[in-house]
Order: sequence, then structure tokens, then C-alpha cells
Amino acid sequence: MDALTLSSALSPPLSALDADDLSSYLRKDSDGRMRFEVAVKGAHCAGCLAKIEGGVKKLDGVDSARLNLSTGKLTVLMNQRGPGAHAVLACIRALGYGAAPFEADIVLDAGRNESRRLLHCLAVAGFGAVFTVGLTDAVWYGGEDMSAMLRKSFFWLAAAVAIPVTLYAGQPFFRSASMALGKRRTNMDVPISLALILSLGLSVYQTAKGGAATYFDAATMLVFLLLIGRYLDLRLRERAQGAGRQLLAMQAALARRLGADGAVATVPARELLPGDRILLASGERAPVNGRLEDRGTLVDLSLVTGESEPRNLPAGAEIDAGAVITGAPVILKATAAMEDSLVADLARLLEAGQQRRSVYVSLADRAARAYVPFVTGLALIVLIGQLIAGHGWGAAVTGAITVLIITCPCALGLAVPAVQIAATSRLFQDGVLIKSGNALERLAAIDIAVFDKTGTLTLGKPVLANQADISPASLERAAELARASCHPYARAIAAAAGAGPVAAGVREVAGAGLLCEEQGVARKLGSASWVLNQDNAGGELWFADGDAAPVRFVLKDHIRPETHAMLDDLRRRGVEVRMLTGDQEGPAQAIAHEANISRWRSSIGPLQKADYLKQLRAEGHRVLMVGDGINDAGAMALAHVSMAPGGAADVSQLAADMVVRGDSLSPLVQAVDVARKAKRLVLQNFALAVLYNLTAIPMAALGLVAPLVAAATMAGSSLIVTLNALRLAKIS
Amino acid sequence: MSGATFIVMALVIGLGAVCLLLWALNSGQYDDLEGDAARILLDDPDDMPNR
Repeated sequence: MDALTLSSALSPPLSALDADDLSSYLRKDSDGRMRFEVAVKGAHCAGCLAKIEGGVKKLDGVDSARLNLSTGKLTVLMNQRGPGAHAVLACIRALGYGAAPFEADIVLDAGRNESRRLLHCLAVAGFGAVFTVGLTDAVWYGGEDMSAMLRKSFFWLAAAVAIPVTLYAGQPFFRSASMALGKRRTNMDVPISLALILSLGLSVYQTAKGGAATYFDAATMLVFLLLIGRYLDLRLRERAQGAGRQLLAMQAALARRLGADGAVATVPARELLPGDRILLASGERAPVNGRLEDRGTLVDLSLVTGESEPRNLPAGAEIDAGAVITGAPVILKATAAMEDSLVADLARLLEAGQQRRSVYVSLADRAARAYVPFVTGLALIVLIGQLIAGHGWGAAVTGAITVLIITCPCALGLAVPAVQIAATSRLFQDGVLIKSGNALERLAAIDIAVFDKTGTLTLGKPVLANQADISPASLERAAELARASCHPYARAIAAAAGAGPVAAGVREVAGAGLLCEEQGVARKLGSASWVLNQDNAGGELWFADGDAAPVRFVLKDHIRPETHAMLDDLRRRGVEVRMLTGDQEGPAQAIAHEANISRWRSSIGPLQKADYLKQLRAEGHRVLMVGDGINDAGAMALAHVSMAPGGAADVSQLAADMVVRGDSLSPLVQAVDVARKAKRLVLQNFALAVLYNLTAIPMAALGLVAPLVAAATMAGSSLIVTLNALRLAKIS
Repeated sequence: MSGATFIVMALVIGLGAVCLLLWALNSGQYDDLEGDAARILLDDPDDMPNR
């Protein structure tokens, strides 16, 4: 066994980013200033905004700094004397926020353009609605006092506004409808587009004929109200994308590659090739799979396998990407490129999960599928009915078109996005970030919650459990050794003892423990096999101080203080709780017993976790998977819905539908409540919309609905649906 | 003035408002609604969105 001198524990870990050349992220503006865009993580309020902008502005040479809270993008403009990219990043990090250079993203830019286009449409539609309603209402109120000539000119004026406005502002619906029809499918936009175009056509026909009923106001108002729903929906998706993007930006890792001549170059991790030699300091994560080249070290595999105890690996050992070096710095010889490193199977699982998810049919789409044939069928029946009744073609076509206009799913279009935006904003305030609107729908349906153990149910770091049995003197003597190491057990003992000196000449014996000799007295802190020559029990350290009797230190990963209440709350809501862990049976059983979980499995790898989830799904369960490790990501992608704590590995945050901000998982229960309430409200909204249609359709079919009434009830039902969604803010 | 004048005025004012809103949109005033909601709490008097 080779002994290592420890330095890494006390010196701060080197950040690879600090040595990197970031000049490619600096862009020159037309006025000669440099523009640097930074993805900032963790800014949520006015305080953060003022702190970050103020801090960066104070740097020498910075002209302006502006943070976009919605996207998390900080734009820094600096002049030629500017501080450079590193200083800006370091400044933001020193303030306690995550920062990474912002990589321009075509997808996100496209989304932003879409949102702007929708707002353009919304503005035009709003103007058109007010103007045409004014004109047509004047005719309505004017009634008999108005000459036929004046009425006609008012209608033509309304047509001159309503036709271009509807054709321009209705584009999002027309485009989506024609795309759906091109694929021989229908969606809500088909009846919407039909109603818009037919109502314009009917109104022009009526105006030319000198009739009293036109639907110009209804058409423009319809577009306006529907666009509101569409815009809310888009904002929701944008927020979700922004969250995913931020995670990706933070993940853009850099690595220090050792050249053949011994020179160190910082390169993006995705450029690493098999055979490259990478320097890894203590606290750094292995960016690719590799082999420990020069010597062994302590490796924390908790994110990869879920094992709670770090492993002491010898030189030549293979480690997977995601393993964190907690011992001495090492050189890693890459055995795979980054794309192949995140265990190929795991990546496949993630992809499969995402594909399966995109197949999920949201409530709104399901409603559309039932609605479209119903409405068009109804219009056809009215047409045929009127013809049979002998009312002639004119009256029959008018009746059928009126049915289509009246049943236009205006309230239905708002029913879902209004609720979802209310729910996600509500949960955002509670600290839960929802990455997609239909994640809420899926969350409402869960009947089993599967938790990872380490770091999810537990704190994920060991604590000294038997301090009462240890004399303060021996605790302090042991701590003098422990303070020199970054093994989690040693950290736990050092934490229990508090601040103090480090013994001189402490050495770490790989795979065994810590050793020091002072004035002929040897002190040893380490495993049972090394200190006592007996079998290791796990979860303990022994301390031998000269000839005194050895002292046992019991170390346990503690359950989170909020876990009990959270699990009980879940059970009360009819959700069964289970646990999966990569950890060994002993610690798993202890935690399962403490958390009162009867069904759990231990010592299982990422693929087995995914299999377990598949099996649950095959049994017809809807599973919520909560996990924080790379080893959970596959299972999370296969779950009906998934959630990750804020401190989780980036991959599992990416795989999760929801991320809980902060360290505590207790907002989970709140999220389930809000999701269930949201589902109830969506169904209520559907019922309200259908109720309106049920009363309006017979009247429309008989030709009894005046255009003004049609427009008013349409707006009214949209308003009711929106107000109903706002009730979501009221649950405590 | 006749009624037609009022109608034309209404149209012009309405179109003017739409143009104003489109200008505000294109100058980036709707790009960060969350940030704007927070910014009102800050004391910075010179706080224009930069494009």
C-alpha cells in the first residue's frame, strides 16, 4: 500500500474554468464595445437582480450589466479596458450564484421570435376586436332608427377592419390547422379556423345582401381571446425551456488535459478523446470514463451508483463519468469520449423516456379529439335538418355556420393554459420548477412514489452517531487526524469536534485510514481491519491512541428532518411510498425502517432501477420517481412523472419533470395538491365550456342567437373559465 | 363635424395605439416581464432595457 501526503483537503479545489480561454464568447458590438452573455443560475428576485447587476457594474471597465430574470441571461457590455470574461464569471460566483458563458441557442431564439409574433398578433387582434365591436354594436343599438344605407356602410367598414385583422392575427391557428390536416389529423385549431373563415364569409354575404346579422365582431373577438390562451401556453413552455437551458449551460464542463510535453491545456470536456490524460483535483467530477493512471485515490461514487460510502480505488481502477474525486489529485486516462461516457444504456433509457413522454396525450388534446367530429357532425345535421324542413339553402347554410361559430372552442382553448399558468406560477413561488405543462396533469394521477435513498430521503452525508459514548478528549485527539482528510467519515468527525488544530505529519493510508506518530505515540484512525485486525462492519471507524483501548466511531447517514412528515402526507393522499437504492442492504434497511417504508430494494444498479419502474408501469401504476443521482436518471425518464431536488446531479435534473429549488423536498406534497386541484379545475372548466355550448347550440341551430349575444356569451365563458383558474391561488 | 369624422378619428387613434404597442414590443420592453416586476423595487433611476 502506498501512503500519500495529503494537501488537497485544505487547499481549495482548482476550478478548471479559471484557466480557460473564453474570448470566443466575447462579441464585438457595432459601437466597439464587447458584449458578453452569461447564463446565471439561482437569481429569482429583485434582491438577486440588484446584487448581481450592481456587483458586475462595479468591475472596472463595465459599462452596463442587465439580467433578464425570465431567461436567466446576463448581458454585460464592457469597453476595451473591460475586466474579461473570467473576472465577470468569478464576480457572479463570489456573490453566490452559478455562472457559465451563455451559448447561443437556435431553438430558444426561435421560441422568442414566436412569442414576439404572438404578441404582434395579439395587439392587432385587440385593436380589431374593439373597433369592430364598436361598429357592429352601434348597428345593434341603433336598430330601427338607422337607415339601411348607414347600416350597410357600418358593416362594410367593420369588414374592412375585421377581414385583414382576422387573416393576419389568425395565422397561428390557420398554420397549425393546415399542418394537422396535412397529416390527416384534427386538432382544436381546425374548428377554430373553420369558424373564423366561415364567419367572415357569412358576414360579407349578409352585408352584401343587406341583412342585419354579421359576425365580424365575433370573429375578431374570437381571435383575440384565443390568442390570449395561446400566449399563456407559450410563456409556460418558454419558462420550462429556460430552466432546461440553464442546466445545460451549467453542465458545459471543461477539463484540464495534460499534453505529451507536460503542458496543461483547458479544453471543453466534449472534445476529450480516449487516451487523453486529464488532471483531476479533489472535489472535481470525472468528465468522461477513465482509468486512474498514476495512483489510487478516494472516489465518491454516490452520483453514479448511489453508494453512500466513498471507495478507495487503487491505481489502474476504472471509474465512470460523474464520479467525484474526494481524495488526492489524480491523473485520469480517458477510456471513452463524453458521448459514450454516460453509460450508453443510460442515455438510451433517457431518450426512450422522452419519446414515450411526447406520446402522452394531454387532456386538452383528448378533448379536441372528441370535440371536432361532434361539432362538424352537428353542423351537418343542422344543414340537412333545415333543408328537410324546407327552409331553403340560404337559411340552412346560415344555420350550420352559426352552429360552427357558436361552438368554436374559445373557452376550451383557455381552459387548460389558464389553469396551468396559474398552477406553475403558484408552485414556482413555493420553490417547485415545473418543466412542462402536462407534467402537472401526470403528477395529479400518481399512486406510487418511488424514492432514491442517498441524498433524497437522507441528507446524503454521514454524521457522527455515538458522540455521547466518546470522551471529549479522544474525540479531539481523533479530530486532529480527521481534519486532514476529505473522506466524508473524517469530515463528520471533524465537524462533530468543531474547529481545532491538525496533528503534524498526518498520512493517509489508502483503503485503510489516517496515521500519525508524535514522540513515539502512534495514532490511528481507520477501518476495523486496519486498526484492530478484525472484519469490517461498515458505517464505523476505529481510533487507536497509543496503548489506550480503541474507540469506536459510528457514522450514519441521517434521514432528512422533513422526510417523515412528507412521507406521511403522501400516504394520507393515497400514494404508496417505496424506496430503491444502490446502497447496501444494511444502511438501506435502517433508513427504510426509520422512514416506515415496507417495500424497498437495495444494491441495485441504474438499469435494474429502470427495469423496476418499467415493471410498475406494466402493472398499471402511475409512478412518481424522486431521485438525485446519475443512477436515477434512467428510472426517472421511465416514470410517469419525476422530480429532482435542487442539489441533484445535472443529468437527473434534466431528466426530471420538476425540480425542487433548495434542499428540502417538502414542497413535493404541495405540488401534488396543486396538481390535483389543477386537474379538477381543468375538468370544471371543460364542464363550464360544454355547458355554455349545450345551451347555445340549440338556439344557434334554430337561428335564434343574435350575433351580439353570440359575441357576449363567448367573451363571458372565457372570462368565467379564467376566473375559475385563478382560484388555484387560494389553496393553502 | 359629421359622424364620419369621428369614425375616421377612432380608426387613426386605434391604429396609432397598435403601432405604439408594436414599437414597445420591438424595443424589448416585453422581453423580461419577471425582471421588470422586480426592477420596480430597485432604486436605480436610469434603468433602460438594452437591446
